[in-house]
Amino acid sequence: MLYREAGDFKTTYSKDSQTFPIKFDRIGYYLILIVAFGVVPFFIDSYWANAVFVPFLIYAIAALGLNILTGYCGQVSLGTGGFMAVGAYACYKFMTSFPDLNIFFCVLLAGLITALVGMLFGLPSLRIKGFYLAVATLAAQFFLVWLFNKVGWFYNYSASGQITAPERSLMGIIITGPNTEAWAKYLFCLVFVVLLAWLARNLTRSNTGRSWMAIRDMDIAAEIIGVNPLVAKLSAFAVSSFFIGVAGALFFSVYLGAVEVGEVFGIQKSFLILFMIILGGLGSIFGSIIGAAFLVLLPVLLKNVLVGTLGWQTDIAVHVEFLIVGGLIVTFLILEPHGLAALWRTVKEKLRLWPFPH
Amino acid sequence: MPDQLLFAMEVTLNGLMAGVLYSLVALGFVLIFKASGIFNYAQGVMALFAALTLVGIQDGQVPFAHLINAIFGTNVHHFGWHVPAVFAIILTLGVMVLFAIIVERYILKHLVNQEPIILFMATIGLAYFMEGFGDLMWGSDIKKLDIGLPQGLNETLESVTYGWWGYGFFIDNLDIAATIVAAILVITLTLFSQYSKTGRALRAVADDHQAALSVGISLRFIWVIVWSIAGFVALVAGVMWGAKSGVQFSLSLIALKALPVLMLGGFTSIPGAIVGGLIIGVGEKLFEFSIGPMIGGATENWFAYMLALLFLVFRPQGLFGDKIIERV
Repeated sequence: MLYREAGDFKTTYSKDSQTFPIKFDRIGYYLILIVAFGVVPFFIDSYWANAVFVPFLIYAIAALGLNILTGYCGQVSLGTGGFMAVGAYACYKFMTSFPDLNIFFCVLLAGLITALVGMLFGLPSLRIKGFYLAVATLAAQFFLVWLFNKVGWFYNYSASGQITAPERSLMGIIITGPNTEAWAKYLFCLVFVVLLAWLARNLTRSNTGRSWMAIRDMDIAAEIIGVNPLVAKLSAFAVSSFFIGVAGALFFSVYLGAVEVGEVFGIQKSFLILFMIILGGLGSIFGSIIGAAFLVLLPVLLKNVLVGTLGWQTDIAVHVEFLIVGGLIVTFLILEPHGLAALWRTVKEKLRLWPFPH
Repeated sequence: MPDQLLFAMEVTLNGLMAGVLYSLVALGFVLIFKASGIFNYAQGVMALFAALTLVGIQDGQVPFAHLINAIFGTNVHHFGWHVPAVFAIILTLGVMVLFAIIVERYILKHLVNQEPIILFMATIGLAYFMEGFGDLMWGSDIKKLDIGLPQGLNETLESVTYGWWGYGFFIDNLDIAATIVAAILVITLTLFSQYSKTGRALRAVADDHQAALSVGISLRFIWVIVWSIAGFVALVAGVMWGAKSGVQFSLSLIALKALPVLMLGGFTSIPGAIVGGLIIGVGEKLFEFSIGPMIGGATENWFAYMLALLFLVFRPQGLFGDKIIERV
């Protein structure tokens, strides 16, 4: 009854190629945007912002980035943490070297720097494939973290080796630093998520996106039909790293405020984001976002239930979380390799027919 | 002889010993990869799990003690007995075989014919699961593993080298033991795969799954066997690393170190795993010794990966790997 495409005739090409061709979807999408921009900022407090919303939004950006590389272009990367660190440190250097520069542009520039670094580490992908490449990206992960730890220039020779975000504001509203209001953090990240998700969605159905998918499905065949693997792979690395760099910059400047590179951007972060896109759905924009939401919420939920309600120790809760996440990954790969996004697709199919069985 | 050269020689020797330990982990990878085309990321966690189980059985720890205490409010720790090392090792082997059966039954069977990269990610999930499971079962504190292996400085070697050059080499007894064990392990595995019936079946499966199936080799049985052997290799690696630096979470990270070893040696070659391990072991120690002080030290974290990365650009299949042939 609700979810109908019958009678919804498309009369122009632009209408035919809409992102949400079904009216119900479209209304839902606008409703979510209205709630996210118009309602949540008035009710958000610092617990909800710091525990749920801000990490969710930032991880969503990182997951989008990794999904472009892994889900759309088929190049598995375990260097996400390292690239996030590049974004964070680039953002820090821009913030401290050019104090007058708008924080918005600092984050974007940090993304661009990361894109360059990503392309550099993407170069071997032209020669090596599959998990050989996955291991090669580990080189990026460990080397970058080591670099930011050892070279003083990156952290302005601070005694602790940490980087700390100075206070910066945008249109009179403080965005970074300890005095930031919860809603300002939230809105700043939300703007980035919406912009980048829109960009990702449109890139992936453009010529570029199609060439990525051709490379993913079979690179030799793609080459034969005229896809340039150099351009396709490097552009995937660049766009993906740009997203991940922006996520790293936000993670450092808006979310944490102070960062110790080995702890925050270690190999665990790379795996976390990889898990987000596996659970959410490889090769799906919606999947990246839902996967990020799932893996941000799960620990909060487990902590509340196990530690808060049952009174267990925190370390047991952490182990149970490992157990559940690992188990879910395997279960999903066996039962639904396309993740939560595919489940949602099935639900939509059912909705389309409801209340009839066929 | 000049001091610098002697130092370099000592570093090289130590590097070789460390390389043997890398090779041990890499060996488990190669075995599973050859037989099932699965790149088993969980190998490192298997080593951790095996070592945890060994210590737990030896000390008579109650499995899931933390969980039981948390749920029922009891306070159980140990059964209060000590199992001799030999029995503990046999029991642990039993646990690893059981683990192999479970993995085959509940994971591999369902993932036949999936893309290699999906299988790889499944083993990452498995690694996480086992890490949580192992920690829940035996607790996550750092444990001391002692099954009577010799430890400490090897004095004979020191006095001999001192007598020769006036400078005693510092080599750990444990490293020497590890080298001997690794050598025995490799020889046994080679003999097993060359001359036993099961070994021949293993090689047949590695060559061609479908052809092996068609002549009546049970793929599922072979997989259980391979995962059991990999579990055994993991146990050996876990014991060696555990005796060296205590049984703790960081043990699972040696799996990551074994990856560049494999990339150097090639994923399909047992000698490759050994040679790759030695090259990485010596390379990273010598690099740290010669270049490390100039650029801030701690280069061991990334040297292996960078070396493998550079190497792969020139020879994508590794030193001993099969040539990669692709068809559309």
